[in-house]
Amino acid sequence: MAETLAPKERPEATVALPPRPATPARHVLEFEKPLAKLEQQIQELEALQAQKQVDYSRELRQLRTNYTSLLRKTYNNLSAWETVQVARHPQRPLFKDYVEMICRDFRELHGDRHFGDDPAIKCGLARLGGHKVMLIGHHKGRDTKEKIQCYFGCAHPEGYRKALRCLKLAEKFNLPVVCLIDTQGAYPGIGAEERGQAESIARNMLEMSRLRTPILSIVTGEGGSGGALGIGVADRVAMLEFAWYSVISPEACSAILFKGSEGAEQLAESLKLTSGHLRELGVIDAVIPEPLGGAHRDTHGAAHQLEQYIAKTLRDLKRCKLDNLLERRYEKFRNLGVVVEESRRHSTKAAG
Amino acid sequence: MSQIPGESGPSARKNEGIPEGLWMRCPECEEMLFRKAVEESLHVCPSCDHHFRISARTRIEQLVDPGSFEEQFADIEPADPLKFVDKKAYKDRLKAEQTKTGNLDAVVCGKGFIKGRPILLAVMDPTFMMGSMGSVVGEKITRTIEAAADQKLPLLVVSCSGGARMQESTLSLMQMAKTSAALARLDDAGGLFISLLADPTTGGVTASFSMLGDFIIAEPKALIGFAGPRTIWNTIKVELPEGFQRSEFLEEHGFVDFVVHRKDLRSEIARLTDFCTAK
Repeated sequence: MAETLAPKERPEATVALPPRPATPARHVLEFEKPLAKLEQQIQELEALQAQKQVDYSRELRQLRTNYTSLLRKTYNNLSAWETVQVARHPQRPLFKDYVEMICRDFRELHGDRHFGDDPAIKCGLARLGGHKVMLIGHHKGRDTKEKIQCYFGCAHPEGYRKALRCLKLAEKFNLPVVCLIDTQGAYPGIGAEERGQAESIARNMLEMSRLRTPILSIVTGEGGSGGALGIGVADRVAMLEFAWYSVISPEACSAILFKGSEGAEQLAESLKLTSGHLRELGVIDAVIPEPLGGAHRDTHGAAHQLEQYIAKTLRDLKRCKLDNLLERRYEKFRNLGVVVEESRRHSTKAAG
Repeated sequence: MSQIPGESGPSARKNEGIPEGLWMRCPECEEMLFRKAVEESLHVCPSCDHHFRISARTRIEQLVDPGSFEEQFADIEPADPLKFVDKKAYKDRLKAEQTKTGNLDAVVCGKGFIKGRPILLAVMDPTFMMGSMGSVVGEKITRTIEAAADQKLPLLVVSCSGGARMQESTLSLMQMAKTSAALARLDDAGGLFISLLADPTTGGVTASFSMLGDFIIAEPKALIGFAGPRTIWNTIKVELPEGFQRSEFLEEHGFVDFVVHRKDLRSEIARLTDFCTAK
């Protein structure tokens, strides 16, 4: 549920400013501040070296080593709440970025044929990792204008219905489906409710569970609730390393259980929303590693990892007989959940 | 998703069931009512037709032919796989709810007869953690759906829930996929599924089995929606229209087949099964 819609906007430049550096300055997260400080020291020393023609290479080497080890240490020990921040990093690659980086060909398809076209979910034909696929994904928008257009990646029913239309197309023409999930949740608004937000998500889950073509869903950023699951019923479900996936965002959870936002950090931990936890619980099948320091530090590296995983997984899935694939897809979701049953004297646990 | 924030105040508590005492006040028309009279009219206010929330067991008693209900999957208990803690540990919360309601979790399933027609039922219980869906609710409903397909019996699911249970996080979320997948199989098998929506049906429950019925029927003025009114208000800060997300609103917008008074439920369900079964 999209209780809090987006991380705080950074002011956008509206007038001509002094020439920008080639890559815009990276947004620094709270826990990255010590890293940023080191980075700054390195830059200053480099500048000094260039300016004064003095050799600081030994010091620089030391600083860079320190930086790398601090980066590794920080990112190996992220708390759940910090992971949520990384997943929302303003420079984390979005659907459009991945399309640009990993699709050889992308033909976007618009509209649900009933009501309209929802820019929060994009669909299209794509060539990806050597496969022809139907690509479906949430798009949050990069600048303020685009974000507002896309409702920050929170889809309306027409988004889910467009996805369903494209899923059926994929089934008809034997195209495997790749879904990239990145949303805080489905849009909570009057129009969305009037047009059947709940029905559209429910229908997608039902149809995806029996769609006769391979499906691969990957949470690339945020996996918020039903809005994520609406394109998340698949033969393989994976997450990028620093993505999160949960029944509710920590803030929205806190709003309910703590009647305010002060519980978000603790609840992020409780909700077990990180890729590591979800792999253990069997909710996801794989964790796709991100470059050191997260996808926002090296977008191409992240895209490459994603492409590799998709290419390989689709190869595997295409090899399975369709009936077996569907049987296994059913069993996979059928087995999720943990209950205690006296008569059977065992607890059923996720098999993944 | 999950419990509706706006419904947890003291005003909602009197809504959850019939409070103790000989007399009670209708939250809708504020009339003082004789408790026994309310119970006799199926927990519907005799003066304004307000449908009170009722527990799963009361609901089953009202729906099926006397003495015909055989409970199934009754020994499935919740676990605390995530060791969830908010202000209170989930484990303690569960114990308290179990003691309060006498049930292990928020759904009661089984087989019964409605006007002589055999039917499988899964009835959600709003008195247990607001009827929220965790692993147990998902598992029991899925088993009932599978039984309906195996035994070629009609299926009735009565939804009455705040949504997916936060305390089991993603495992609760996955119950949405699990129940929907089971319904796909029931559909493939040609089985009949009647979804009855009672006050409230929201969040992950609405966004899964509730909205997938061959027939979707609702009790009058039940709150039915995906996002709760409080969440919507928090996000868009716009006054919500009168009657928004009530049964009649959903009927008008094409998401409910018809709204039915509690006293007519048995005959309407019997009629639907008669049209859809070969007899």
